[in-house]
Amino acid sequence: MSDGPLVEIRTSPHVRQTPSVDQIMRNVVYALVPVCVFSVWAFGISVLALLLVTTLACVLTEQLFCLAAGKPTTVRDWSVVITGILLALTLPPGFPLWMAAVASFVGVGLGKLLFGGLGQNVLNPALVGRAFVQAAFPVAITTWTPPFAEGRFTEFIPSTLTLPFLQPADVSGWLQLRAVDGFTGATPLALMKFEHVATPAMDLFTGMVAGSAGETSTVAILLGGAYLVARRMMDWRIPTAVLASAALTGSLFWWLDPGQYPDPLFILLSGGLMLGAVFMASDMVASPVTPLGVWVYGGLIGFVTVVIRLFGGLPEGVMYAILLGNAASPLISGWTQPRVFGQRSRGGRR
Amino acid sequence: MTVTEQTAAAPAPPSSIAMVRTLGGIAMLSGFLVVLVYQLTLPAILENQRRAIERAVFLVVPGAVSRVDFQLAADGLNRVTEDTEDSPDAIAVYAGFDADGALKGVALEAAAPGYQDVIKLLYGYDPACECITGIYVLKMTETPGLGDKIATDQTFLANFKALDARLSAAGDSLQNAIVTVKNGTKKAPWQIDAISGATVSCKAVGRALNESAHRILPRLQPAVNQLKVEE
Amino acid sequence: MMAPLPNQEEELTPGTFLRGLWEENPVFVMLLGMCPVLAVTNSTLNALAMGLATTFVLVCSSALVSLLRHLIPKQVRIATYIVIIATFVTIVDHVIQAISLDLYNALGAFIQLIVANCIILGRAEAYAAKNRLATTLVNSLGMGAGFTIALLSLGTVREILGSGTLLGYPLFGEHFQTWVVMILPPGGFFVLGAWLLLFSWLQQRRARRITEGEEIRVRGS
Repeated sequence: MSDGPLVEIRTSPHVRQTPSVDQIMRNVVYALVPVCVFSVWAFGISVLALLLVTTLACVLTEQLFCLAAGKPTTVRDWSVVITGILLALTLPPGFPLWMAAVASFVGVGLGKLLFGGLGQNVLNPALVGRAFVQAAFPVAITTWTPPFAEGRFTEFIPSTLTLPFLQPADVSGWLQLRAVDGFTGATPLALMKFEHVATPAMDLFTGMVAGSAGETSTVAILLGGAYLVARRMMDWRIPTAVLASAALTGSLFWWLDPGQYPDPLFILLSGGLMLGAVFMASDMVASPVTPLGVWVYGGLIGFVTVVIRLFGGLPEGVMYAILLGNAASPLISGWTQPRVFGQRSRGGRR
Repeated sequence: MTVTEQTAAAPAPPSSIAMVRTLGGIAMLSGFLVVLVYQLTLPAILENQRRAIERAVFLVVPGAVSRVDFQLAADGLNRVTEDTEDSPDAIAVYAGFDADGALKGVALEAAAPGYQDVIKLLYGYDPACECITGIYVLKMTETPGLGDKIATDQTFLANFKALDARLSAAGDSLQNAIVTVKNGTKKAPWQIDAISGATVSCKAVGRALNESAHRILPRLQPAVNQLKVEE
Repeated sequence: MMAPLPNQEEELTPGTFLRGLWEENPVFVMLLGMCPVLAVTNSTLNALAMGLATTFVLVCSSALVSLLRHLIPKQVRIATYIVIIATFVTIVDHVIQAISLDLYNALGAFIQLIVANCIILGRAEAYAAKNRLATTLVNSLGMGAGFTIALLSLGTVREILGSGTLLGYPLFGEHFQTWVVMILPPGGFFVLGAWLLLFSWLQQRRARRITEGEEIRVRGS
């Protein structure tokens, strides 16, 4: 073990003010502002509507469940607002609003409140909601629209305003009218997986590509992440572990066969890996609590993401990787308990 | 002492004979019932199976009204009769004929792994035009509403109205491999236009057809003259 | 539980039948036979066929076990029950193949798996072996009906949401957005969970009413 002191003791006073839940959560909302602003700028008022609808639906769901359970409302801790914003950011820009509301209801209701509310949920609620609509509406959730389309601030993408319970309106006509040159309706990941076409890293970095509302711009996401780390509101080790593990796994396959597999930079910048690593894997409730466990957890997520991307049927795997990591985190926490001072075995058990 | 009193009193274990008698009796009764029902339902089951095969065969071989089963084994093409043995290597060939007894085409089986599990197809092949005349999905577990469109999407199925499957000059392989191409980019008659959004399932169909046609047609084409209604 | 003690035969009452529907519903209360409940309820027709097939096997095997209950030595009873159940399952298997191959293929291996359905062996062991033919028939019919109703409540919801149809007839017109997940395996868990939630909520409410009623009576006396 280390050569440092067995117990770290500092001089008094030891009084420290720990930030309250709603302080942390409000800061996460501030950190999400750059991503949201970029997303609205790139995709227009459809994304603005999406953000409003998911946030409102998430808040309403929590309020409703609290009322039904006869408990005081927990909406004011702001965590449900983050769920709403994050959910919108993981959806395609032209996703029908009624489906987004369904995702919010399932995510917050099934993913969070049925487990007992904030702190009790095993999985990240926003991703539970997205996983549900991914399984329920596989066509709508893989219909992409290009960024920076003409007239995006004056009119909605046709599929956005679909009436509840109806199929989303066909966007192909709208795409032909407005589409940026050469847009094929595929994300960089799908282009890579099905057609072996790589997208320039600079476009991926700045966000000049199609994709889910909030996943396109690496710059905006890193900006938000840096703010949170600077304010010590986020465990920087989780995103670092996720990204490092994804880059390592990607490099390994790239090194084995550069013609077949994408380079690690593409893996890092494309798809939802950055958004997932910074804002979702770092969810305080659903990640392990031990220092070593955090590295194991992040490593698992990065590895599974790359494996799904390269060998799975779907082009993207961040969502399932994080959900899997969430599900494994109680186990990881248990395995990585530090040695209790004065005891021989780890965790004081056995 | 009656049996009833014996079990009611129960402390003394029953004799071995009682146990054997009970189990034996039940087994006899069971055997009798099962065989009886089997005999009663067999004609209906065979009729159902025949109708299911014919429905599929007549769908992929347009114009056919009757069918004769053949099998392609190591010793060549043979008519399937009651005493034909099921061998794992034999390839089933369902020949379809019109009312005059003229060969309209044959139905063959193909399979390839799809998005979730193996997709099993029956496809029609017309030796006259050396082309595929239709497909029918026998078994699949593709995503409902997405991948399972391969069985229902009319534009996709139109690909197989006359899909080129000519043999090469040497006759040992296909002239052009059957391939699935991206939606809207079909140029040659041996290409399959994929359904947008269901590329994986459509590619599986293309792979299945190519593999099966490549394996079977070079052996089948020389023996086409043996495909007749009567012996 | 309600199962009578050995050699204590149950009197035939409406409860003999009704228990299977509500109080001792094999799916919603006892959570038995989950395998077919989740696997073949992706359409109303499959659910109905599975429910009827299971009911048939349940009623026939229970009746036979009840008739022979004094002849079956305790030591070989399980083997005997299994042979009896397997017989009727084989019969159902052939009959469904004769009725419709499509239905047979849709139900898949779950017809044969009725042999291992714990509702049936449970009824044989816990009820048919101890009761008269008449009460056994009524009780197993009730259980079978309860099982069928449970399958149907999953099957209809899953078909309506997942395919937009009921018994194959379209309900909402062609623009209805189907919820694909509902006819996939996870949909079975979602819908089952929702029904269990409803059932336990109803039962809790009833229990609360009863205790409230008793309190009032106590105060009134």
